[in-house]
Amino acid sequence: MAAKLLSRLRQLDTRLISPQHQRPFFRNARLFSGQQIPSSDSHPSLPPTPTPTPTPLPPPTAGSAGEKRQRTSSLKDHELAKFAAISDTWWDSEGPFKPLHAMNPTRLAFIRSTLCRHFSKDPNVPKPFEGLEIVDVGCGGGILSEPLARLGATVTGVDAVEKNIKIAHLHADLDPTTSTIDYVCTTAEKLVEEGRQFDAVMSLEVIEHVADPAEFCKSLAALTRPGGAVVISTINRSIRAYAAAIVAAEYILHWLPRGTHQWSSFLTPEELVMILKRSSIDVEEMAGFVLNPLTGKWLLSDDVSVNFIAFATKKAEG
Amino acid sequence: MYVGGLEKNRLPLPPPELASLSPSLLRAAARMNRLVVRRTLYSNHHPLKCSWKRGFCSGGEAAAAAASSASSGQLNLEDRTFAGDDQPYDLAIVGGGMVGMALACSLATKPLTKHLKVAIIDSNPTLANKLSIKREDPPDPRVSTVTPATISYFQDAGAWQYVQQHRHAFFDKMQVWDYTGLGYTTYDARDVNKDVLGCVVENRVLHSSLLSRIEDTDVQKTIYPSRLASMIRYPSSSVKADDNTWEASYMKAGLVKLEMSDGSSLCTKLVVGADGAKSQVRNLAGFKTTGWNYSQNAIICTVEHSVANHTAWQRFLPDGPIALLPIGDNFSNIVWTMSPKQASDLTVMNEDEFVKAVNQAMDNGYGPHPKSNFSNGSNKFSFLGGNLTMSTNESFEVPPKVVKLASKRAAFPLSLMHANDYVAKRIVLIGDAAHAVHPLAGQGVNLGFGDAFTLSRIIGEGVAVGTDIGEVSLLRKYEAERKPANIAMMAVLDGFQKIYSVDFGPLNVLRAAAFHAANYISPLKRGIISYASGEQRLPIFP
Repeated sequence: MAAKLLSRLRQLDTRLISPQHQRPFFRNARLFSGQQIPSSDSHPSLPPTPTPTPTPLPPPTAGSAGEKRQRTSSLKDHELAKFAAISDTWWDSEGPFKPLHAMNPTRLAFIRSTLCRHFSKDPNVPKPFEGLEIVDVGCGGGILSEPLARLGATVTGVDAVEKNIKIAHLHADLDPTTSTIDYVCTTAEKLVEEGRQFDAVMSLEVIEHVADPAEFCKSLAALTRPGGAVVISTINRSIRAYAAAIVAAEYILHWLPRGTHQWSSFLTPEELVMILKRSSIDVEEMAGFVLNPLTGKWLLSDDVSVNFIAFATKKAEG
Repeated sequence: MYVGGLEKNRLPLPPPELASLSPSLLRAAARMNRLVVRRTLYSNHHPLKCSWKRGFCSGGEAAAAAASSASSGQLNLEDRTFAGDDQPYDLAIVGGGMVGMALACSLATKPLTKHLKVAIIDSNPTLANKLSIKREDPPDPRVSTVTPATISYFQDAGAWQYVQQHRHAFFDKMQVWDYTGLGYTTYDARDVNKDVLGCVVENRVLHSSLLSRIEDTDVQKTIYPSRLASMIRYPSSSVKADDNTWEASYMKAGLVKLEMSDGSSLCTKLVVGADGAKSQVRNLAGFKTTGWNYSQNAIICTVEHSVANHTAWQRFLPDGPIALLPIGDNFSNIVWTMSPKQASDLTVMNEDEFVKAVNQAMDNGYGPHPKSNFSNGSNKFSFLGGNLTMSTNESFEVPPKVVKLASKRAAFPLSLMHANDYVAKRIVLIGDAAHAVHPLAGQGVNLGFGDAFTLSRIIGEGVAVGTDIGEVSLLRKYEAERKPANIAMMAVLDGFQKIYSVDFGPLNVLRAAAFHAANYISPLKRGIISYASGEQRLPIFP
């Protein structure tokens, strides 16, 4: 949702500035510049959420200066202004990110049950994740990181966008429980270079924005301790996802300009399993998210045809 | 269907649930010597493991003075808990009445919520020193009719065992009739394959049972024996960025600061308004309400029979219903609705005359007994309902005679109030603070208990997925669940009151017809009983 809004804002802006530049999603720009981490938060992709396509746009944030910087220097200010304008509402559960907040409990329920089982934690305690080190790759404003910290985990949140990290920091500091979260503006690759490893690696609604999913999965695998776990969620490349994300969102609802995203950049569950397998990560459980349009509530189901989440493990050494 | 609706209105028996009374009584009690509170707090029997806290959010001189004055007398300063002062409370429950304590009890007994740090703000000394209720004490006139749904909530929380140690009266039969002599209905628990229709329990027994259960647990509770004076929700921007005190950081977090009338204060992630129909939390939060007063008063009192009563009785009189509820031993509770003038007359008349008036009202005063339906009834409506419920064949009975008044008589006005919102960020209303109904139905406290246990469950669900429990998206789940249930019951009660506030021939006949219909149409009758038993389903959709 967050991504969608940003994308929309960006789209409008960009059109004004450079009409020929069609798909200026800055978070994807980062990918172009060789960084694996998308800028956005671990936001859920709603079924009709258009997924931005990696496009050759220079990153607006410092530290990832691209070759085409001159073209976005003005854009960057615009972007940041837009981002700043809505960043206050990032944590407003009634605000523009409402769907994100609505989906969060559902994916946390999945994470809670799978991690508790894998790490033999008692799910009937308030902080079952105590003693677990978890990294949230693409943490955004910290919407996933904070609940993980409340559940007792030692959380590191990383995002390539400095602004996101600032917002996440600011918000987490408000609660003693979440102020322990270590937010870093960096990428998964850099963490790998630093030799960091975690018991569990989360990357929700991120992989569909990544230029090279296989490389990205390799980084996630390298961040995972032997015997650890990986949780990934994304949108399926299915007919239904096409209908929801492209036909409905672009052509019927006009949530986004036509041609905003490429269906082909989505991964099917089978492909995700395969590329994770190549990185020695075994998918053990998968679930779909289904939105009940009447109640607005997200439910876990075995229908993985639109949004899905996968729990995978890395073999213990020896 | 209209008839069905009519009937449904009538069904909620008249149980006198007087939860709405308690705030004022509590307040009066609060004015009692504070030393009593303090002494009892430090006696060996104080039921809650309470730690006195200095108003850590305040820090002004007034607060310090108040804290020191509060620590005078027999208060042992060493007993204060300072540890964790840098941590805000998870919840502050404003109002430690039945509903507030039901929430505290439920939270304390669930694995996912027992760790929560809870403050209870109430000046009622019985919170700190539970009343010891003796079996031989005469029953208190403030009683509640708890439904099977409420009983199972209490059982889940482990509090029902304590209710059972005190006086309580299950009833499995209700008889409802009216003064015109045109109709009557009996409801029997067997009609819905249940053992009981409800249980009448004194409010103080419900309250002390919840306290006893909390006492069993090892939860972090702090009692603020004071009243809420102000509530401040700081917008994050109003705090200077360079202010690094913990208070400033809470304010930045948008937590709520509560200031008490004794000068103490606290910060909390969630404020629960359980402070009754005149809720201070609701007022301070600026929630709007919808409601009105009925130009009727209800008299409540306890009476004694020469034999035990096991049935709930309700008769509709020209000025309003009178209900006689068993409360154990040979006692019954009376809730009698009438005009304010009549109420004041009946309150002051001498006891013998009052007993006579009650007996008349429950027998053949105002009109004849309805005829028993034994002979003629069976075929009349059978085409509508198919199988008849068993109680169809039960004949009209006259309630047991009252021999003596066993308590003072109290009169109070009837009103209905509903808050337009139950929740806002970090604020939630439960019980009478959200919806006050007149006591005719005895549903008030059951709705309140429903609120408390539902909120507790939803907080637990939030904790399970690491949600900030003050998040409005979480609280909205509670509202979405409780509002429809509460509004439906209130509409039923309001309609019921309106129908019976008119004494008009044809309408009386219609009401009587509704009685008959309800007595004969089994699915309708079962639906009515289920609804009155606290199962959230409207009787018109059996």
